[in-house]
Amino acid sequence: MSMLTNPTIVFLQFMNSISLGMNLFIIAAGLTLIFGVLRVINFAHGVFFMFGAYVCYSVVSRMAETAGGFWLGVIAAGAALAVIAFVIERGLLHYLYDKEHLMQLLFTFAIVLIMGDLAKMIWGTDQYSVPKPEGLKGAVDFSFGADLAMPLLYPAYPLMLCVLGPVVAIGMWLVLSKTRWGRVIRAATQDREMLAALGMNVPLVYTAVFVAGSALAGIGGALAAPRVAVSPGMDVTIIVECFIIVIIGGLGSLWGSFLGALILGFVNSFGIMIFPNWELVLSYVLMLLVLLWRPWGLFGQPEADGH
Amino acid sequence: MAMPRSTAVVVALVLAGLLLVPALGSNYLVDLSTEILIYMLFALSLNVLIGYSGNVSFGHAAYFAIGGYTCAILLTTYEWPLLLAFPAAVLLSGLAAAFVGYFCVKLTDIYFAMLTLAFAMFVWAVAFKWRDMTGGDDGFVGVTVPALIDGRVPYFYFTLVVVSISIALLWVICHSAFGRTLVAVRENRTRAGFVGVNTRAMRHVAFVVAGTFAGIAGALLAMYNHGMYVESAFWTESAQVLIMTLLGGMYSFFGPAMGAALLYLLNVFTIQYTEYWPTVQGVILLIILLFVPEGVVGLGQKIRQQLAKAG
Repeated sequence: MSMLTNPTIVFLQFMNSISLGMNLFIIAAGLTLIFGVLRVINFAHGVFFMFGAYVCYSVVSRMAETAGGFWLGVIAAGAALAVIAFVIERGLLHYLYDKEHLMQLLFTFAIVLIMGDLAKMIWGTDQYSVPKPEGLKGAVDFSFGADLAMPLLYPAYPLMLCVLGPVVAIGMWLVLSKTRWGRVIRAATQDREMLAALGMNVPLVYTAVFVAGSALAGIGGALAAPRVAVSPGMDVTIIVECFIIVIIGGLGSLWGSFLGALILGFVNSFGIMIFPNWELVLSYVLMLLVLLWRPWGLFGQPEADGH
Repeated sequence: MAMPRSTAVVVALVLAGLLLVPALGSNYLVDLSTEILIYMLFALSLNVLIGYSGNVSFGHAAYFAIGGYTCAILLTTYEWPLLLAFPAAVLLSGLAAAFVGYFCVKLTDIYFAMLTLAFAMFVWAVAFKWRDMTGGDDGFVGVTVPALIDGRVPYFYFTLVVVSISIALLWVICHSAFGRTLVAVRENRTRAGFVGVNTRAMRHVAFVVAGTFAGIAGALLAMYNHGMYVESAFWTESAQVLIMTLLGGMYSFFGPAMGAALLYLLNVFTIQYTEYWPTVQGVILLIILLFVPEGVVGLGQKIRQQLAKAG
């Protein structure tokens, strides 16, 4: 507990909370976007995230230490997941839209099983680490000239994530609320039959949203790669975290997942100081409290009864 | 409801066949039968939730693992007699299901699916991290099994008795007024609500029944293996039992038991050739979803109807 009275540690954990939360947000945003339109919870979102991290690793390891290598890895991860998602949606998922939700849910579950093995076939079971990109290896001084006993340094890479998260959130919000495509997507969340009757190509909207949401998972995975060990099993951890985020924030809500991700970031970073090893319990307790208070999450809307 | 005569005959034949398994003299066959019996019960317990109440749990392994670990720990660490440890393990699985179910049934299918998975991963994390109690990722090794049933053949008969009684109980539950009402809730929740059914309470009870019987299966597995391992709580275990249930056919009572036997045999066969068992499972799941959503039992009925029409 004494760590909580040390301002330097509290500052570091505060920043860690935000950077973890923002990384989680980028991933959860894709999940909630897909849910909003397709009404499918994509269980494969975690495995998409893992693929993103692996693709980034493969690109970075081939580019050696060149300046733009990491960013190329991030772009490649997004592009690879976009292609994979396109093939999955057009090739298979597409045929299940007129069946029960359950079938679609189970379908994404099958994808988890297959792609989890695929990752093992391609990358084996070793742990990989991805170096931080050039230019973001150092730390930023937050002392602002004040004469402190210990300078308030924070590493540049997670700091970049703290900035990138809100940029992605605002960007997504602008696209969804200000552009024609955004209006179509929002219309698709409300009434897909009406949208089709108005002459919109609804299947195309579905494909585009699935591809975009999955690309976000891939990009999120690539961005997480320098922070974590890239290894099998990282897909399960992230999907459970994403579920907790959207349950807290409310399914289908962009700002809900932003808030949910931020809350989870804080619970994880500070929980580990208070209950080392058992910080996980705190996130579940928090989730249960939210469920008791607002069963549809902080920003969620009650589902219309499906029957 | 009385069992249809054809079903009753098949059940009697299977039971008679199982009683004779040890007489064949193959240790391997006895072990295989014990394992299949345990997974049959596990799959049937899940079907109370899926087939009868229409809620798909993606975290059924949690209750399986709670039953297994509790039985293992009470028998070994606390040296409780089997007659206390076993019921206590089952009771705890039921209580855990009652707690988790309370939150899950408040919500619709999608939240339900996410919550069941999240809770199951929580149980897994506890089993993984609570090393002093559960042995962590080394597993809980060396479960004390009472001498009376400690041995290949005695344990097989013990499993056969426990599983048969459990399945009989499940049959009674599923075909009681409660089971019929559950089907009504599955088919049309709104309408069932209008005729005065407390749909949430019904789904909650189904959740508890499913969890309790999964706990029995878990306790049986812990004693069979003389150990309990974290893999039993992992999401892949939940996936496997879900696929067993769907493969057999969720809208028939015995379908999941057949699915369990089929998938288990397929597993034993496949792992001789490849380590990529999840891929095989994934492909099976895809085939079920795209081509035979009613499972093997439903497919059988369809073929019979076609033949009847043709003949």
